[in-house]
Amino acid sequence: MRVARDTWWMVVRQAINLMREPIWIALLLIQPMIWLLLTDLDRNVVSRFLATPASRLSIVLSQVVRSGLTALIQALIILLVGLALGVRVHGGALGWIVVLAVGALVAMPFAAISNGIALLVRREATMIATANFVGLPLMFLSSILIQQTVMPDWMSQVSRFNPVNWGVRAARDAVVVGGKWDDVGMYMALLLGLTAVTSLFATWTFRTYQRSI
Amino acid sequence: MDAITVQDLRKRYKDVQALDGVTFDVHAGEVFGLLGPNGAGKSTTVRVLTTLTKPDSGHALVAGHDVVRHPNRARRAIGYVPQDSGVDRDATGRENLMLQGRIYGLRGSGVRARVKEVLELVGLPDAADRVVRGYSGGMKRRLDIALGLIHRPSVLFLDEPTTGLDPEARAAMWVEVERLANQESLTILLTTHYLEEADQLADRLAIVSRGQVVVEGTPDDLKRGLQGELVTVELQDADGRAPEAVAVVERFPGARETKLDGVHVRTRVPDGAQAIPTLLASLSSAGIAVASVTTSRPSLDDVYLHYTGREFAADDTAVGAV
Repeated sequence: MRVARDTWWMVVRQAINLMREPIWIALLLIQPMIWLLLTDLDRNVVSRFLATPASRLSIVLSQVVRSGLTALIQALIILLVGLALGVRVHGGALGWIVVLAVGALVAMPFAAISNGIALLVRREATMIATANFVGLPLMFLSSILIQQTVMPDWMSQVSRFNPVNWGVRAARDAVVVGGKWDDVGMYMALLLGLTAVTSLFATWTFRTYQRSI
Repeated sequence: MDAITVQDLRKRYKDVQALDGVTFDVHAGEVFGLLGPNGAGKSTTVRVLTTLTKPDSGHALVAGHDVVRHPNRARRAIGYVPQDSGVDRDATGRENLMLQGRIYGLRGSGVRARVKEVLELVGLPDAADRVVRGYSGGMKRRLDIALGLIHRPSVLFLDEPTTGLDPEARAAMWVEVERLANQESLTILLTTHYLEEADQLADRLAIVSRGQVVVEGTPDDLKRGLQGELVTVELQDADGRAPEAVAVVERFPGARETKLDGVHVRTRVPDGAQAIPTLLASLSSAGIAVASVTTSRPSLDDVYLHYTGREFAADDTAVGAV
């Protein structure tokens, strides 16, 4: 319970900071990888929390939850823009919820992984390189730009294991006419599982970090 | 009761033995100084006591709680003001304090009231709703202290509280620390590499060098322990008479470590004020003209030199800040 409580207050802190500069929400649409934890490490904010009884887990989880919320808002913006341009969400209310949830679910594993790596390398330059090295290929290897059916065979195979593609397919099925809801459920479950596993990874690297100081 | 008990702490970072058997006690309600040059092990000691790092061996109790076995109990009892500020610079002073209060379990009107209280305590009520980025160094430091006090801790750790502050802000910080020491029933452990800061603020202090406490006591006791005040006799005309003058001074009962330095004859005697008339009389009957005589009590500098055999300033620059 203390984890949930502490995570909540730490998310509130980040949300307030984000609202002070709402332009970040737009900027993060373009560059979604986030290593705010690294900034916190550099500025000793993490040390400050570690000397308090705050749950250790909440320090990492709040970063993951915050990225999820940012992505949710971004998904909402895009959906509203799409709506203005004539897009119809054929999945109805459930469709809306799925799209917003998928936005958060794709962002959270990446936030957890990048925070984990940030704790291991502790260098912003390395983080930017890693983000670009991983982020762009994942986008190209999804059905965002190329339809699944016209992909070369190898690409189609690889994209099946691409979490970005899981999110794309789930969101698409929630919007188009005759979406396959079984697939939506499966992809969301996969993303949820991935969020859990990557959060564990981030927590583990945080313990390693703590031991090293 | 002791607020802090530290026994034989050892900690090794790769090839550096940061702590090599640190032992000391801090009594409840006092201001205790850990004085030592950069890299002596002060900050590592504080990191162990604030549960930020685990010692390889040894024991430490803070407010009665074992920092290794019951870190969360210790954390609730302590406030920590780190050497490098841990404030969120993108948030306002009040927001920083609200979060800190909530982490310690304060809620609703309770947290708001306490935040207001500590803001006034450190003299920041007017800047409370400004983003910290625009604070001066001294203001940021006072916010750090407010963060450390939000949950009414019984022990406050101040790690190098005035490093990086300009002289004016440093003087203000000294007043602040003295006020805190009197106001709240608080035990304060502060680390510093400024001799005059330890002298000014600490009720008792421990001198730390190379991961060990070399001596512990009140600043006055430590200086008195050197047994002797420094007497400096300035000769009017040293031509040829200086060795004679040294010989006269050396004959004075209790004089030790008599040395000639240019036209100055320096010696250590148990009581400087008492020695001056006799010394002057002996010198004048020997026909040696004296320009001036001064006496000074030993400084913490002398104490450090005495116990480590090295100059404080030299040690402080020899080992870079880690």
